[in-house]
Amino acid sequence: MRSANPRLLLLCAAVVAALFALQFVLSEYLVLTATRILILAIFAMGYNMLMGYTGMLSLGHAMFFAAGVYAAGLSSYYWGLSLPLAFVLGVGASFAVSLVTGLLVLRTQAVAFMIVTLMFAQVTYLTTLQFSDITGGDQGLTLPTGARGFTLMGIAVDLTRDSHRYNLALALFTATLAGLFALTQGRRGRLFAAVRENAGRTEMLGFNTFRIRLVAFVVSGTLSGMSGALYALMFGYIGSAFAGFELSIEALLFTLVGGPGTLLGPLLGTGVMTLLIDRLSGVTSAYLIVVGALLIAVNQWAPAGLLGTLRDRRLPWLK
Amino acid sequence: MAEVTLLTTRGLCRDFDGLRAVDDVDFTLETGEIHAIIGPNGAGKSTFVSLLSGRLRPTAGRVIFDGRDVTRLPAHARVRLGIAYTFQITNIYTSMSVAENIALAAQSRLSPGLFGRGGVGPRITEATQAAARAVGLTERLNARAGDLAYGHQRLLEIAMGLALSPRLLILDEPTQGLSDAEIAGVTEVVRQLASRATILLIEHNMDVVMALARRITVLDRGAILAQGTPEEIVADPAVQAAYLGDGA
Repeated sequence: MRSANPRLLLLCAAVVAALFALQFVLSEYLVLTATRILILAIFAMGYNMLMGYTGMLSLGHAMFFAAGVYAAGLSSYYWGLSLPLAFVLGVGASFAVSLVTGLLVLRTQAVAFMIVTLMFAQVTYLTTLQFSDITGGDQGLTLPTGARGFTLMGIAVDLTRDSHRYNLALALFTATLAGLFALTQGRRGRLFAAVRENAGRTEMLGFNTFRIRLVAFVVSGTLSGMSGALYALMFGYIGSAFAGFELSIEALLFTLVGGPGTLLGPLLGTGVMTLLIDRLSGVTSAYLIVVGALLIAVNQWAPAGLLGTLRDRRLPWLK
Repeated sequence: MAEVTLLTTRGLCRDFDGLRAVDDVDFTLETGEIHAIIGPNGAGKSTFVSLLSGRLRPTAGRVIFDGRDVTRLPAHARVRLGIAYTFQITNIYTSMSVAENIALAAQSRLSPGLFGRGGVGPRITEATQAAARAVGLTERLNARAGDLAYGHQRLLEIAMGLALSPRLLILDEPTQGLSDAEIAGVTEVVRQLASRATILLIEHNMDVVMALARRITVLDRGAILAQGTPEEIVADPAVQAAYLGDGA
């Protein structure tokens, strides 16, 4: 079969190969940072599916991340579920949450959509605080050390070891990238773009735009939840901050900086912003001012994000 | 061709906050004809065809397409049954190429679902090229749709309707804003289309109506004022009164 966008496919393969090679060059600390970036990039890629490709700006994606965090983390903490099972449960829970939420919130659009998603996310956040005797609330829960490793199909994975964590995160990142490539490029991708650009016209071409939006929403929410489940199990901690408003904003921020509607934009945005915040917060406590100034600059000179601007000016296939 | 009814409406009404835009319309469309709907501004023409295409829901009455009651079907489902609508105000995907615009329409017919069957790519390309050829846009397939001249955008709009291979093509003022030369071109394209689809034409330009229509329906204040061949309509005193004032 001929690929829908061979140049992008090649670039994605090169990026994955480079990411794999990175662990042999980076220091232990930076491998840990890179692991975090890869997991959060999955979150941003999920967000980008909805916001970048389908044109719906959600302010509540922390709720899906949290659905993954809590379903995976609590089942591991209380029931002693093995890590792979807890992970699958986390993904399943975020799928269910995004399907139900999607059926409700997709009745709204634009500003109303932003507000309604925000409200749902705040309810989720407050729920995790309300039941703090179970969830640990703000303090959170640390997963027992017994739940820090597993054996799957003969491969023993030890989640206290940096290289194991990194390669596991890379494997799931690669799977996400491949899945989103299939969904956003070529004929299928054209449908999401059509809904984004002109929903009314798309309806009059015979497409059920609600269903297309719902698919984007559920894919987006499930990937966010997968990222959350991975984050919780990988670092052995769950807490209310994972359901907080700041996290929803981070998904938006990473996507905006990297380039909404570009496959690799969220990875770049997550990488740039995470490294920047890490570095700056070591230098000054006022690092958010610098971040803010940078955002204004990006908005001014690269309004479509880093890769988005590159796509618009030079490389139309970079989508 | 035998006269077969393609579409009928029974007692079709649509109110906007107490204003009756379409008032108890019984309308019949035969398969294979070019049927024009004319009427003064505000007569309810666009509202009426929006009820047919499903963009609006009727306040009362029924729409029957090919023997099936489609009154409750959403617009996208009616398109699947073969009712295509081209917009009065050009409505295309401006940031996509001409080819992508038409391909979306072809895709709707050939591979409707998100997770539909594979291997239809070549057929979509083929249908895209055929539709572009029919309206004379072959040379511009790779152009960005938003960069096209207005007249070409109107043609693209028609090509998208055509790529759906509809049984009924509703053209909402296809010549609006075009130059005389472009109008002649569109008229010719519509004439060609008539061999493949039944055409319902809303049009202000009477020359175009007279050149194309086999039957004409005149709407006035939401109701059918007259119906007949072009000759009958021209001779109808009620139509003359509506258009020119009754002069009394």
